[in-house]
Amino acid sequence: MDWAWVGSHLDDIQHLLLQHITFTVSALFFGFIIAFPLALVAARYPRLYQPILGITGVLFTIPSIALFLLLLPFTGLSETTCILGLTIYTLLVLVRNTVEGLRGVPDDVKEAAEAMGYRPLALLMKVELPIALPVVIAGLRIAAVTTIGLVTITALITFGGLGAFFIDGFRRDFATPIIVGIVLSVALAVAADLSLVGVQRVLTPWARTRR
Amino acid sequence: MITFESVSKRFPDGTTAVDDLSLEVPEGEVAVFVGPSGCGKTTTLRMVNRMIEPTDGTITVDGQDAMKIDPPELRRRIGYVIQQIGLFPHRTIAENIATVPQLIDWDKKRTNERVDELIEVVGLPDEVRDRYPHQLSGGQQQRVGVARALAVDPPIMLMDEPFGAVDPIVRSRLQDEFLRLQRDVKKTIVFVTHDIDEAIKMGDRIAIMSEGGHLQQYASPEEILAHPATDFVASFLGAERGLKRLALIPVSKVSAVEGPVVGPDDDGARARAVARDNGSDWVVIVKDRKLLGWAHVADIDGSGRVGDIEAKPFSAEIYKEDSLRAALNAMVTSLTGVAARIGDDSAYEGLLTQELLARELQDSDPGPGTMTGAEVNEEAERV
Repeated sequence: MDWAWVGSHLDDIQHLLLQHITFTVSALFFGFIIAFPLALVAARYPRLYQPILGITGVLFTIPSIALFLLLLPFTGLSETTCILGLTIYTLLVLVRNTVEGLRGVPDDVKEAAEAMGYRPLALLMKVELPIALPVVIAGLRIAAVTTIGLVTITALITFGGLGAFFIDGFRRDFATPIIVGIVLSVALAVAADLSLVGVQRVLTPWARTRR
Repeated sequence: MITFESVSKRFPDGTTAVDDLSLEVPEGEVAVFVGPSGCGKTTTLRMVNRMIEPTDGTITVDGQDAMKIDPPELRRRIGYVIQQIGLFPHRTIAENIATVPQLIDWDKKRTNERVDELIEVVGLPDEVRDRYPHQLSGGQQQRVGVARALAVDPPIMLMDEPFGAVDPIVRSRLQDEFLRLQRDVKKTIVFVTHDIDEAIKMGDRIAIMSEGGHLQQYASPEEILAHPATDFVASFLGAERGLKRLALIPVSKVSAVEGPVVGPDDDGARARAVARDNGSDWVVIVKDRKLLGWAHVADIDGSGRVGDIEAKPFSAEIYKEDSLRAALNAMVTSLTGVAARIGDDSAYEGLLTQELLARELQDSDPGPGTMTGAEVNEEAERV
């Protein structure tokens, strides 16, 4: 471990770490924007659930390197390629957890809400989604942690993110950047997970006292 | 008031849930729909607030055709309580109760005051206000369900087996409390249950339905017990119809007989004469209109005073608000075979006998299916 290297590369570390975070947040953001309406459709029309799960499931099983290579002819060696690929990987877990969360809302709660005069949109926004939230956030946590790991691979395309340290270290047979990359990406994953847990605790105080 | 006019519901799979139902639930009364599963009672209830829409016929709610009212608007005017309660797990008790006030935009102050009032009305402790539903017991949750349904003081309530999920002791307490509440709030209520005893207890009127959504009889509990319209109704009421009727008749409806009354200063000879005239071997001892008890005449000396021996207490004293069923229970547990009736001023009013009970059932029911005195005795032995 070469601490001098670390000291002289603080700017790089900060830059790549920020880039890593940007990629992750962008992928989760776009993933959620796409997954959420798909999940609502799948929850409303159960017949579409299996096909939607099937498609996002197949996308999820494509090996990551292969997926990025497949995207290259369309979007080139760009950040767009990285974020697009990462987004695709978040879809399965985000769709599945959102649908399962909505399905987990007890029928008697929905019946009572309807019978008290909720219109469909208000029922979704004020009753179904809040009750589904813990499961939706659980999906976001898994998506966040897996995405943070996957971002390291995108370094092959743009030399961005903490993965760049791996490439640098392997190319020069120099351990320090590799260790820095591993430690930071693990720390980032833990931090992301913990902050989502925190978000959940704030948003769903009613689930806290449970069991 | 709720009116059903030739209402039918057929589901797409061809089953008929409700078949040509016509009846009226008068303002301020509880109409209990009772019957075996598949008789269409819940479907009937859910058609009132358009959770299910009828295939044929018209339902009017306070004079308006329900089908012409926007469903959410209609539902906000109708309280709804179901067995599973359906409290919102993500909202506190106060927020649950405030659901409909918020939907119709009451201001915060009015909503809060109403929530406080309702928590008290349904008998919940203040502390539950900020708890979540899963922190409450089943009985407490059911009370919140009732409070939530009452929030905007809707003139009409729909209650589908509201007390079905709690244990028998809590159920009976919730029933009593609800009846007390209903005396004050006077809602027009459609109440669904499969339990005939609950129907008799809760209903001003009972609609008995059979499979396929046929209305068999719609009348007061007394009328249904005295004159079951069909064999189905009679068998649904069960073997203890006589006892159930007794439970509905207050003691005050029957005039008591004087009985073999003597005073403590009378002598044994007089006691014997009074007993003989009454065809009994015991006397009731009353002083200044207060009941002291009873005694076997054999225990009283011919020349001695009645007051010289200790009067035995009656096993039960019956008050005018008690039911004849309670009186019957007192009789069968008493050696004298009668129950002593006590008035408001705790004065002795006379004796109730099994003969009087049988005559009461006869008088109010000259038709077939009447219990004879012997049947009353048989029933009494089973109590």
